[in-house]
Parts: sequence; C-alpha cells; structure tokens
Amino acid sequence: MSILERDKMLEMYETMVRIRAFEKRAEELFLDNKIPGFIHLYIGEEAIAAGVMAHLRPDDFITSTHRGHGHMLAKGADSKPMMAELFGKKTGYCKGKGGSMHIMNFELGVLGANGEVAGGLPIAAGAGMAIAMIKKTDQVVVCFFGDGASNRGAFHEALNWAKVYNLPIVFVVENNCYASTACTHETTSVEDIAVRGQGYNIEGITIDGNDVLEVYETAGKAIKKAREGGGPTIIEAKTYRLKGHFVGDPQKYRGEVEVKEKWPGEPIGRFENFLREKGVLDDVSKEEIWKKYEAEIEKAIAFSQESPYPAPEEALTDLFVDDTGYDY
Amino acid sequence: MGEITFSDAICRALKEEMAKDPTIFTYGEDIAKQGGIFGQYKGLLGSYSDRVIDTPISEEVIYGSAVGAALAGTRPVVEFHFSDFLFTGITAIVNQVMKIRYMSGGQGSLPIVFRGPDGRGKSAAAQHSQSIESIFMHVPGIKVASPAFPKDIYGLLKTALTGDDPVMIFEHKMLYGFKEEVPDEEFFIPFGKAEKKREGDDVTVVAMSRMVHESLKAAEELAKEGIECEVLDLRSLVPWDKEAVLESVKKTGRLVTVHETWRRCGWGAELAATVQEEAFDYLDGPVLRVGGRNVPDPFSPPQEEFVMPNKDWVVKEVKKFFA
Repeated sequence: MSILERDKMLEMYETMVRIRAFEKRAEELFLDNKIPGFIHLYIGEEAIAAGVMAHLRPDDFITSTHRGHGHMLAKGADSKPMMAELFGKKTGYCKGKGGSMHIMNFELGVLGANGEVAGGLPIAAGAGMAIAMIKKTDQVVVCFFGDGASNRGAFHEALNWAKVYNLPIVFVVENNCYASTACTHETTSVEDIAVRGQGYNIEGITIDGNDVLEVYETAGKAIKKAREGGGPTIIEAKTYRLKGHFVGDPQKYRGEVEVKEKWPGEPIGRFENFLREKGVLDDVSKEEIWKKYEAEIEKAIAFSQESPYPAPEEALTDLFVDDTGYDY
Repeated sequence: MGEITFSDAICRALKEEMAKDPTIFTYGEDIAKQGGIFGQYKGLLGSYSDRVIDTPISEEVIYGSAVGAALAGTRPVVEFHFSDFLFTGITAIVNQVMKIRYMSGGQGSLPIVFRGPDGRGKSAAAQHSQSIESIFMHVPGIKVASPAFPKDIYGLLKTALTGDDPVMIFEHKMLYGFKEEVPDEEFFIPFGKAEKKREGDDVTVVAMSRMVHESLKAAEELAKEGIECEVLDLRSLVPWDKEAVLESVKKTGRLVTVHETWRRCGWGAELAATVQEEAFDYLDGPVLRVGGRNVPDPFSPPQEEFVMPNKDWVVKEVKKFFA
C-alpha cells in the first residue's frame, strides 16, 4: 500500500467519523429540544459522501437532499456555521433561513440540500449545462438523491437531459431501503435502481454503498469520465437507513429486529476492521481521531448556543439582491 | 428610430445583451431551429447558435435547471413556451427558483429570466390561453412583468438580462406582431414603474399587457362622452408602482382595474384592497374590477370572445360611476 493510498484512506475514515460525530450530537440535541424543525440523519450512510467527495475539487458542484448533513460536511463545510444553521441562529450558513433541510453554501459548491424529493436533479442538470455548454470548464457535478427520488418525474427528465447534452454529471442514488416510511422494494419497479440508466443510454452501476473503498473506486472512474467529457453515469450505492426518516420517527413500518440486524454492516466499523488489518489504524489512533472530531463538534455546539438568533425583521431580507427589509 | 414589432424588440434586447455577456444563454422548446412557436425568435439562432438551445419537453428540468445554471455562474434565459405549461414544472419555479436565494440567507445572486407567451385570443382553448401572472404576485420570490408595447418589452428585458434576481415576463401572444417606433439607442426600463399612457381627471384605469390597448380604446370612446380617463400601464406587477396608482386615484377619486386574467383573485383585487386601505378618503366610489370570466377558456370563437374582456367591458364599468 502506497503512502498516498494510506493517507486517502485515513482521510475518508476521518470524514466518516466527523459526520457520525456531528449526527450523533445533532440527534441528542434535537431530542433535547435544542434544535427546532425536523432533522434527517445520515447515520449509516457516511461511506457514500466520504468516498465520492474524496475525488472532488473545491470548484466542483454537488446537489444534496433533505438528508444532507454528510454531503455538506464532506464537501468541506465548517461545523460551526453548519451546526448554527440547525439551531436557526444568525451565524448559520444560511443565517437561520434554511435550517437542516435547506443547508447550502455556494462557495463550497453545495447548491443546496433540498426539502423536495428529487428537487436537486434539475438543479444539477442546469449546473452541468453551464459548465459544459457555456463556460466550457472541466468542473463536474455530483447529484445525490435517494431511492424515493428515482420514482419522481424529475429524475427521468434529468437523466434524459444529461445524456442528450452529454453533461458532466455523476448521479449518485443512495438507496437506503426506505423512501420516508415506504419500503423501497414495495414502491419501486426495479430491484436495482441503476438499471434505470439503461432507459436513458446512461451507464448504471450498483455497488455496496457501505464499503467506502468500493464507493471511492467507482466514483473515481465516473468522475474522471465526466471531467474528460465522457458524460453522465448513475451509481446506485446500496445502504441502509439505520435511523428513522426523521429524528422522532415512531417507525411503525419496520421492526426493531430488522434494524438491529443491520447495525453490524454499518460502514465505519467495517472500514475500521479493514484499516486494522492493513495496519493503518489501531486503538490509539482510532481514539485520537474520534476525540478530535467529538471535540470539534462540541465547539460547534458551544458556538451555536452562544450565537444570537437573527432579528425577526431580518425575515424581510434576502429575497432579492437589492432588498433591505421591504415586504414585497 | 424605426418601427419594430414586439417580437423584434425581444430579439433585439437578447442579441444586444448576448453580445456583451458571453454567459447569457437561452433555451426552451422550439426556439432555435423553429424560431419560436409563433416565429418570434426569427434570426436569433443565426446570431448565437451555441447559446440558443432547443430542449426536450421536460418542463421540470427546463425551469429547475435555471437555478443550477445561475449558481454555476451563467445567466439562463428560459422560454416557457406557453404560460399554461408553467404548471407542468411549477414546483421547480415555486419551490426552487423562488425560494433558493432566500433559504440560502442571501448568498450570491440568482440571475434568471423566464419569459414567453400567455393570453387568450387565438382559440387556443383552455390549455394554451391562460394568463397566470397573479399567481406569481401571490407567492413571493420572483419579479413579474407583462408589458404592452415593444419599447417596454425591450427595456424591461434589458433590465432583467442585466439584473441579479429571478424574473418572470409574460408576453401576450396577440401582441407579438404589434409595431411601434422604438429609439435606436439602447435604454433600460426599471421594474416597478408604471407609465401614464393618457391623462385624465375623472377616472383612473390601471391595466397591463393587452388590456392597456383595450383600455386606451375605451378611454377614447369615453372622452367623446365627456369622461376623461387617466390610463396607467402598470408594466410590472412585482414590484408594482403603488405610488403612481395612489397619486392618480387621489386626483380622480375613482379606480377601475383591468386585466385579462380571471376576475376572481386577479391582481386587480390586490390593487383594490391596497387603494381602499391607503386612499379611502379620496375615493368617490368603490374600486371596480374588469377581469375575465371565471371559467376555463372555451375553444369556440364566440365563446372565447364572451369570456375575454375588451374595451366595451371597460366602458361599461367606467360608466357605472356616473350612472
């Protein structure tokens, strides 16, 4: 194993740990009524964001979903304004106007988490057009969405569109077995969502989304292809939603046993075992990494709690560029 | 100064701004090779073949892609083909375009122009005739205009193409061939400014789009009977020129709003409510509204005629003040 590979693996492991540390505390804070609204956790799906984002440049774009904390963190978000946004504070990435479901940062190339299932697909299509047809740069777009989105019209329109214009888009469907409370195999006509790519003449690949190395390898090829003008790919990363649809979900649609049986397959533990076998990780370094990110998240929480709420009247700004509190 | 059509004015504004800004591009159904469903973009493809793009019939992506294109550093100009089809991809507009800048806390700008035909008058029936501008006045998040004259579509489009906010421009399909003299020098018309098309002391008539023409005809007819109407062309709806309307109403004491869209919950109702709130003491009578009848658009010519407002409706309404 080369040093480069070692560093990349550790980088991905750290990304996964950082996301998990964030999500565990976000869950606790929500249950403790510190975070308003709804939050949707990425616990158990961290390998996908980590493996894909390891290939992206700062100037590449992503579109995310309502379950988007992991994507945003992996694309380089600072945990302080990230957590502050969940709290609805003025210091949040969106000054408290978006919250968990709409967290975004254009400078990081994150064109939005999205409260609408499949809402990011048309946006990704447009970013792809701008890059490939007008600006003619070698940027790429990675469009994350869930299995549920693949049953919406926007998915089908966007795949056709991306192929027609040969756009540099990698579609990443995170198949976590549930679309809100609906079981995916009961609501989806195909076993593997990636086969839907065939209908649009797009290469589709189904992978184990809980294996970060498989995600890394597959995404690397697809992103390279997109960057070099080879057009779109659809990657289906099979995973499992270990938590409810949202924090507080009574989960009447599945039993505790099912979830319990899925925990041993979660991606961080699996990757840890691999890294130990390769001699890249041991108990000491593991603890150091966890402590590092747990400390980072505690600082982010303290920052969020100390931060002020935005003034109520600031609700009248930011609709248009030149508005200063006008009620249109 | 030469006479040009409404369509010519659109193409002129687009060509001028596309020449200046290489990030402006326009796309939609039937616009490149065909030159628009009414031939309204004739010659545009020849000038900028790589930036005038025919798309699949995929409205949700046509509209929603504008967000991604704008955030990736370009200025998309989206042709919506028929206003009726905005409903086909309405979620991309209402839930994405109209919200994303606000939800982001004002990060960056969102320079997007939506434009295309609306309106009745060609027996296009219920799915190709609707005027839906009031909906975009109700939901916050996009600037709205619906000009009546070539110089106004030119000037407003120029402003939209160089601005930083999402804009929706409705162009009445019966106006594309309308001609007038337009100055050769470039000029810009701001959103939110009405234009006084006729002076009068007796009644204020506020109209937009094709109904400005009907209102002017009505005013001419009423003048023969000694009733002088002040006709305001609102030109844009979000923001709308409240000051100009109030100033005129304070002078005349009477207001009639005129739009082709359905009378029920049309923008005339919003103007009426605002005027009674802010100029009640100046009013000599209730605010009256002219608007289309509250049915889907019928196909048969005499029926279409029956549901669509014209100058006679305006005359009839104005005369109610003096009955």
